[in-house]
Amino acid sequence: MSDNVLKVENVTMQFGGVVAVDNVNLEVNAGEIVSLIGPNGAGKTTAFNVITGVYPPTNGVVYFEGKKIVENYPRGKMKKLYKTENNGAYTHAIEPTPDKITRMGVARTFQNIRLWSSQTVFENILIAKHCRVTAGLLSATFRMNKLEERRQREECDELLRILGLEGVRNELATSLPYGQQRRVEIARALATQPKLLLLDEPAAGMNPQETQELTAFISRIRTDFRLTVFIIEHHMALVMDISDRIYVLDFGKLIASGTPAKVQNDQRVVDAYLGVSEDA
Amino acid sequence: MKRNRIPQFFIIVGAFLLLLAVVLMLDNVPGVPVMLLIVLRKGAIYALVAVSMNILNGFTGLFSLGQAGFMLLGAYTYAILTVPVENQALVYQRYPNGGIGFSVTESLGRVLGQPGLLLGVIICLILGGIVAGVFAYLIGLPVLRLKSDYLAIATLGFAEIIRAVVQYEKLGPITNGSNLLSNFTNFSNFHLGSLKLDTVMPFVFAGVCIWVITLIINSTYGRAFKAIRDDEVAAEAMGINLANHKRMSFIISSFFAGISGAMLAMYQASVQATIFKAAMTYEILLIVVLGGIGSISGSIIAAFLFVGSSEWWLRFLDNTTVLPNFNAKLLFAIIFAAIVVSIVFLVVYRQNKAQKSRPEAVGRGRKILSLKLSGVITLVVGTLLLLGDLRFLISPDLQVPLLRSGFRMVVFSIIVMIVVLFFSRGLMGDRELPDLFRTRHKRL
Ligand SMILES: Nc1ncnc2c1ncn2[C@@H]1O[C@H](COP(=O)(O)OP(=O)(O)OP(=O)(O)O)[C@@H](O)[C@H]1O
Ligand SMILES: [Mg+2]
Repeated sequence: MSDNVLKVENVTMQFGGVVAVDNVNLEVNAGEIVSLIGPNGAGKTTAFNVITGVYPPTNGVVYFEGKKIVENYPRGKMKKLYKTENNGAYTHAIEPTPDKITRMGVARTFQNIRLWSSQTVFENILIAKHCRVTAGLLSATFRMNKLEERRQREECDELLRILGLEGVRNELATSLPYGQQRRVEIARALATQPKLLLLDEPAAGMNPQETQELTAFISRIRTDFRLTVFIIEHHMALVMDISDRIYVLDFGKLIASGTPAKVQNDQRVVDAYLGVSEDA
Repeated sequence: MKRNRIPQFFIIVGAFLLLLAVVLMLDNVPGVPVMLLIVLRKGAIYALVAVSMNILNGFTGLFSLGQAGFMLLGAYTYAILTVPVENQALVYQRYPNGGIGFSVTESLGRVLGQPGLLLGVIICLILGGIVAGVFAYLIGLPVLRLKSDYLAIATLGFAEIIRAVVQYEKLGPITNGSNLLSNFTNFSNFHLGSLKLDTVMPFVFAGVCIWVITLIINSTYGRAFKAIRDDEVAAEAMGINLANHKRMSFIISSFFAGISGAMLAMYQASVQATIFKAAMTYEILLIVVLGGIGSISGSIIAAFLFVGSSEWWLRFLDNTTVLPNFNAKLLFAIIFAAIVVSIVFLVVYRQNKAQKSRPEAVGRGRKILSLKLSGVITLVVGTLLLLGDLRFLISPDLQVPLLRSGFRMVVFSIIVMIVVLFFSRGLMGDRELPDLFRTRHKRL
């Protein structure tokens, strides 16, 4: 098939009568950094939640590496409530839980940081490795998985080193400054060994200096970990700098897509979004 | 950290062996108060149940109230499997041909002697755990998919139902209906030479089980449990299957509850469904809360303190006591002064602490504190008045006020309330005993 890692096809997500994501189609190709932008409440996070299995979509399909991972069609009470296009285009329901999708190779961070608060930075990252554990409960309990455990711990330390977090290795993750917590969250996502990394507003709350560092950092991990990256972001500097392509969402609908230069000059985008964000 | 680990392991094993030696001595030296032995035996068993409850409530963040039910399953499984054949007619008096017609411990004991008996006990304890685990699996299938509150309701219901079910007349030939099961293999069947092992054995069994639980908690699965406790959404997003892991934790917790139930049966040398009431679950929950939710050593310490107080130290509260020719007014004055001083001390101490940490919060803190204090005082005064026992102020002989059957539980409730109000994280918070000796405190 084509080399797109992620393909979202006619995805609609409706909460009752509210259409949060409206018949969206998008693709992310291998090795790309693609951004998803749009004003507040446009449905960006919801799109991520559909891709990662948090919500089954109301309608539509998500492909990962050419394989259908999520599919749904308006059922039950949604049959009546369904408001938009492509009703009847799909007839199957595939609703994997988020953990399953993560194990397939899709990892994410959260808009509002969700680190495990009683755990240290190292433990946060180590726990993320749990999804790759092959040892069963008994062998893990009686320490017959020493090799695997040691390898995972080494990998985590390596990750910490690469991300420049070895200095805070044993700190409680939630005691760190905001910027570092975001970094730990990215490290944690990387620990699950993803092929596709979804970042939900990684620069939120960062100053320009930190944002610039983050930009470089994301480009670097893309090459180092051979990742495909899909980012939701409001910081236009970061988005324009880093993205190979951009999708723009407004009221759940895709209103534009293309290279940063093209999107920047799109009148609808300027109207819906950029004009507002300039002074925000 | 790594350098630290090996000696720590040996320190713990060494301390445990030393403890066993002391317990063995206490068991066999004449003159040791029987109460002490009772507290040690029951304390060890309660420590195990409390730790098993902590796996779920403290480390996985799920709330279950079925501990007594799972203990009952373990106790009955154990008892049914170990009543010697010749005793079965006696035990199942009301049910001709009752009993299962064989006894695991007896059969093994006949072939292998004392080691066979021990093997039989271990097998039956584990079977008791497995039966409890199987039920946990079945309950977990529908319930763990729902929001976690449902688990508490479902397990509470389950514990009540299972208690009724084992007393069901039709099951009598196996469970002996609502009658006692007794005469089965228990701790007093074991001897080392001429030494009694009544107290050592519960310690060994509970110790081994708690050690296994610690291994689980510190394994990759235990870490996953803690992740679910801290943030379920993040745990799921990081590839941890919630349903599987919750179920796993629930089964492990119930398995060990089953074993401790079987041990309780051994300790009592008899078992009857009626003791496994919801009140027992609350006792255990109390121990977990007092010890600190998420602290294994806290649960262990609290278990012994709880059993000690409820069986021994606070027993005197249940006995009416008369002190002849006692100057009651003086005593009253002393007690009153003590209460006032301690309240004042508490207020000042709290205020200082609050002032140091967050000066702006003092006002609010004081308000909350006085609320709490007035709550406690109201309760104490209320009980005093309710029990209407101020006669002692005029009589020369002092019938110590309030002391009477049932007062122990009142005092106990007050202690618990004070702990919950003022030390809401329990004795240990979520720390473990070794953490207290560590100099560097990375984890606050
Ligand atoms: N679980 C839910 N139930 C009901 N409505 C929801 C739910 N989640 C999101 N929505 C609605 O969907 C719309 C899109 O929300 P979403 O969080 O996806 O926006 P966003 O683009 O991420 O915005 P922001 O930039 O503020 O993060 C909003 O109107 C929101 O209220
Ligand atoms: Mg969002």
